[in-house]
Amino acid sequence: MKQLTINGSEYNLDIPDDMPLLWVLRDVLGMTGTKYGCGIAQCGACTVHLDGVAVRSCQTTVDAVDGQKITTIEGIGDTAVGAKVQAAWLEKEVVQCGYCQSGQIMSAAALLSENSRPSDTDIDDAMAGNICRCGTYVRIREAIHSISL
Amino acid sequence: MIENLQSRRAFLKGTALATAGLVLAVQLPGSLRRAAAAASDGSPIFVPNAFVKVDLEGITLIMPHTEVGQGIYTSSAMLMAEELEVELDQVRVEAAPPDRSKYMDPILHDQATGGSSSTRSDWMRLRQAGAAARVMLIGAAAERWGVKPEECRVEKGVINHDATNRALRYVEVAADAAGRPVPEDVPLKDPAHFRLIGTKAKRIDTPSKVNGSQIYGIDVRLPGMKFATLVMAPVKGGKIASFDEEAARTVRGVRDVVTAGDEAIAVIADHMWAAKQGIDALKLEWDGGANASVSTETIVLAMQEASLKQGVVIRDQNGAEEAITRAKTKLDAIYHSPFLSHSALEPLNCTIHIENDRAEIWVGTQVPVRAQKAVAEATGLAPENVTVNNQLMGGAFGRRLDIDSIEIAARLLKDIRYPVKLVWTREQDMTHDFYRPYYYDRVAAGLDASGRLIGRTHRVTGSSVFARWAPGAFINGVDPDAVDCAAETPYDEDAVLADYVRQEPDGVTTSWWRGVGATHNVFVIESFVDEMAHATGQDPLEFRQRMLRKNPRALAVLNLAAEKAGWHESLPKGRGRGISLQFAFESYLAHILEIEMLPSKQVKLLRSVIAVDCGITINPDTVRAQMEGGVIFGLGSAMFNEITITNGAVDQTNFDTYRILRINEAPKIEVYQINNGEKPGGVGEAATAGAAAALANAIFSATGRRVRSLPLAQAGA
Ligand code: FES
Ligand code: FES
Repeated sequence: MKQLTINGSEYNLDIPDDMPLLWVLRDVLGMTGTKYGCGIAQCGACTVHLDGVAVRSCQTTVDAVDGQKITTIEGIGDTAVGAKVQAAWLEKEVVQCGYCQSGQIMSAAALLSENSRPSDTDIDDAMAGNICRCGTYVRIREAIHSISL
Repeated sequence: MIENLQSRRAFLKGTALATAGLVLAVQLPGSLRRAAAAASDGSPIFVPNAFVKVDLEGITLIMPHTEVGQGIYTSSAMLMAEELEVELDQVRVEAAPPDRSKYMDPILHDQATGGSSSTRSDWMRLRQAGAAARVMLIGAAAERWGVKPEECRVEKGVINHDATNRALRYVEVAADAAGRPVPEDVPLKDPAHFRLIGTKAKRIDTPSKVNGSQIYGIDVRLPGMKFATLVMAPVKGGKIASFDEEAARTVRGVRDVVTAGDEAIAVIADHMWAAKQGIDALKLEWDGGANASVSTETIVLAMQEASLKQGVVIRDQNGAEEAITRAKTKLDAIYHSPFLSHSALEPLNCTIHIENDRAEIWVGTQVPVRAQKAVAEATGLAPENVTVNNQLMGGAFGRRLDIDSIEIAARLLKDIRYPVKLVWTREQDMTHDFYRPYYYDRVAAGLDASGRLIGRTHRVTGSSVFARWAPGAFINGVDPDAVDCAAETPYDEDAVLADYVRQEPDGVTTSWWRGVGATHNVFVIESFVDEMAHATGQDPLEFRQRMLRKNPRALAVLNLAAEKAGWHESLPKGRGRGISLQFAFESYLAHILEIEMLPSKQVKLLRSVIAVDCGITINPDTVRAQMEGGVIFGLGSAMFNEITITNGAVDQTNFDTYRILRINEAPKIEVYQINNGEKPGGVGEAATAGAAAALANAIFSATGRRVRSLPLAQAGA
């Protein structure tokens, strides 16, 4: 039995130790907001937070979670930063197909929690791991800059 | 067109009303109670046409086009809401079921979403649908009040008779309206009175996309559902040689192993992780078959040979070849455009539940009728027994205009009687794409002593997507898409010869890719136009301007982009600007890109300036978004992307080998729109089409080196 804390709730799950968190969230728990895009740490669609730090859930085995608090896109709106990021995303109409945006929002929320006034270079560094095939980068940048904490 | 509501109502009166309906009914005024009774099972009260439905929940647009991220749910809803006189937030949007007779796109001649045609095809019909519904609803209210319809006014879905201070909501007269004749030729609003069209209305599909609640095809969950993933022959036409089914079945969580002939195999499990491990345990061996010796080199060689043959003539005007012989300056060149993958971020997937006499699928598809037929054929069921639940898509870019992923799901799972979600790994998605064709273009031109273009020839050699996808549109060997924007350019040209040689690549299936024919041909034409300007010592902007005297709309976007980009301002060393101009999808677009060549010889994209004239704009913010996204899509591919083949198999497997442009690599983008009241043109693909030429021309401007082969990485830039 593995114990995971996700968005403040505890789950006891009978799952293999080496199972990536991505598939636990999506397929075992039905929390499908976290997306599969590449499975090899290239796209960032699967980004979640472990104790507030953005990680790729496709590369994070349940073993490695080890008691850290997991936050997903379904829970990020309950944090002050997450709610502001979501609001800015809608205000700037960032979203097109939206498939990458869970991951983008999780990366942006982690960035802003550490750095409330990120420069363009800070944004590049924090967001370069998140691919958007629809090409919403201009607005992602605008939206992050528009957030004041 | 009115559904048979009378009989449904009669039927319902004789049966026990659903509790919810009853509760609602007793709380409602008399006029609504009848409607509630009729609609207690959620069935519509008023269905004046294929697109509009009114039930107790409100007003629904039955959406003929699919949402792939382009914003069509919002802009098409705006069209209907404009004439129906409701607010955008009063309209729900529902994906149309497969039904070509009602939902065919008049431009594509199929129930399909592609070719930047959606707004162009919905522009009239959705406004007409809204207007007809409005007239019927007003008619019902006027009759009830005993007044003339002209005395009534609608605002936000409420019909008002100001003189007597009476008001009725649409839903309150919907049941009466259903009995009224459907009016023909209702006059549409004067654009001067538009209150929604032309505004930056907020997208209706985005709130659920920022909190993880939006369900895409890949997110569908059904009771008792299992998860599967597949592997297909790495070489097209290859076959399974051997696999170890027992080993796969011993993996914890694996339920079943299924095959489709000897070309594909899938493992069904409790979750994707187990399914993937099951696939690994299979230790699959393949026979490559006839295509095992195919490589990019053999394909390109065959194209090169084919390109020496005379093709099917598309345009032959005023003896271009002869004109070139008389020219002072003669140019000729060969351009290469590579195979490209769609790589939508949502990998292909299909959830399917097959029962003995029916099947149901949940999938994001650009072609629901084809999807239904594919499942019917694979399962032996009649199409009407196959339900298609179309889902929002995490991108498509043309990939979901094909139904191979649905067909293979149905074939693999035809003997399974529980619901299964089949998800392709990124690796299968990328290596089994239907690719943008490789094109091999031969171009030549002649200019006279004054630097005027006097003759141009263009031979396009490449696959015909039409011949496979819509054979009916492939007439006399002409693929209208393969030569789109090659035969006809925005310029005033005297003598043109354009021909097309169809050459299908071995071992590769080709398909539509964002920007379709225009993406390839605008790269070639606009690069070559740039070559002409430089070869005759002319400024690339002025050279184009001179050829646009008869094309004021093209000239206007070009001039606007040039002004905003500061074309005549000098640039620091190492920087360059490139122009691209096009008329495609019935929209005019000019793109001026500024780049810097870094000391590392890498290209840094600095600034894209786009001027677009797409006629009447439904939602200017959506147009801007499509320009921004389209240009990134096109630039990223031009910079990095090609699909290559070795020993019959695709070399690129994931985003590490097929690089997608990232935020730190993206340019600043400015979009300027000209709105001139012309009928709407398409925008979803326009900016992709012009990106590569602007980039190649900017590189020439910065370095003096001409790139005639994409991607740049390949060209050594
Ligand atoms: S799915 Fe994890 S980074 Fe792409
Ligand atoms: S919005 Fe479609 S991938 Fe980013």
